Amino acid sequence: MSSTRPEPVQVIKQRRDAALEALVAGVPYIQWLGIRFDRRGDELTAILPFDEKLIGNPALPALHGGATAAFLEVAAVIELAWAGMWGEMEAAGTAPAAAAARLHLPKTIDFTVDYLRAGLPRDAYARARINRSGRRYASVHVEAWQDNRARLFAQGTGHFLMPEAAGQHEA
Amino acid sequence: MPEAIRLAQSFIEALPHSRALGMTVEALGEGRADLSMPYDARLVGDPATGVIHGGAISALMDTASGAAVMCHASAPASTATLDLRIDYFRSATPGQRIVARAECYHVTRSVAFVRVTAWDEDAARPVAAATGAFTLERRAP
Repeated sequence: MSSTRPEPVQVIKQRRDAALEALVAGVPYIQWLGIRFDRRGDELTAILPFDEKLIGNPALPALHGGATAAFLEVAAVIELAWAGMWGEMEAAGTAPAAAAARLHLPKTIDFTVDYLRAGLPRDAYARARINRSGRRYASVHVEAWQDNRARLFAQGTGHFLMPEAAGQHEA
Repeated sequence: MPEAIRLAQSFIEALPHSRALGMTVEALGEGRADLSMPYDARLVGDPATGVIHGGAISALMDTASGAAVMCHASAPASTATLDLRIDYFRSATPGQRIVARAECYHVTRSVAFVRVTAWDEDAARPVAAATGAFTLERRAP
C-alpha cells in the first residue's frame, strides 16, 4: 500500500485541464469552428457557441448540416483520444505536450449523422459515449442538443481506427 | 440555364457556412452537383501533417448532396438532410482542393436519396464517399 498523500485538488485539475488543452488547442479546424470542451472529472461536454458562419439555411435560420456533422465528429474523436490518454496522464502525474497528446487522435473510418430537428441559431452541446474500444477499432455514439438535454437535434455513430503509436503505451 | 439549376446555384451561394468554407459550384445538371472547396490552413485537422479535417469534407459533401436534390427535375422548394453516412477512405493531400460530386438518384413524394464522392487532385483515388436521405419539400401545384 502506498502511503503517499493524495495530490492537492488544484494540481489534479491543472494537469487534466492542461492535457485537454494540449489535445484541442492546436487543431486549427476545432478552433475555426469555435468548439470548446467543458470537463467534469473525466466527463467531457463539447460546446459549439453560435456563430453566423455556422448557418446553413439563412431563411429559417438553421445550423448547416455540415457544421453539425463536424461538431459531432469532433466530439467523438476528442472523447476517444481523451479516454486513451487518461490512464497514461494520471500515472505520469503530468500533462503530455501537445504533440504527444495528439498521438492519441484516432482516424475516422465512417460516421453516420441522424438529423432529428433543425439546429437553432444558438449554442449546441454534445456528449460522446464509447460503446466499444478495442486495440484497433472503436465505436462511439454522440448526442447533441441545444436548449433541452432530452430534446436531441442530432445524434451520430462512428467507427474509428485507433492510433498504433498511442496503443503501444497502454499495455 | 434551366430554372431548377439557377435556383440551386442561388441556394448554395446563400449558405453562410458554405461561403465560409469557400465552396464553389463547379457544375450542375439534372439531379447532379459538383462543388469544390480550396485547401485552407484553417480547416486542418492534424497540424503535424496539414491534412484537412474530415468534418470539412463532410460539410462539402452534405452541401453538394443538398444541391443535387435542389437540381432534381421535380424542382423542390427546399431540402434538409435527414441522415448522412460518410466513409473516409484516405487523408486528403495537403495543399490540394477537394471536389465533391453528388447524384440524387431516386426521389419519392417527400424523400430524396443521394450518393456523393469526394476527390482531391488524384481523381483515381477518392478521399471519401457518403450516402444520404434528404427531405423533399415540393412546390405547391
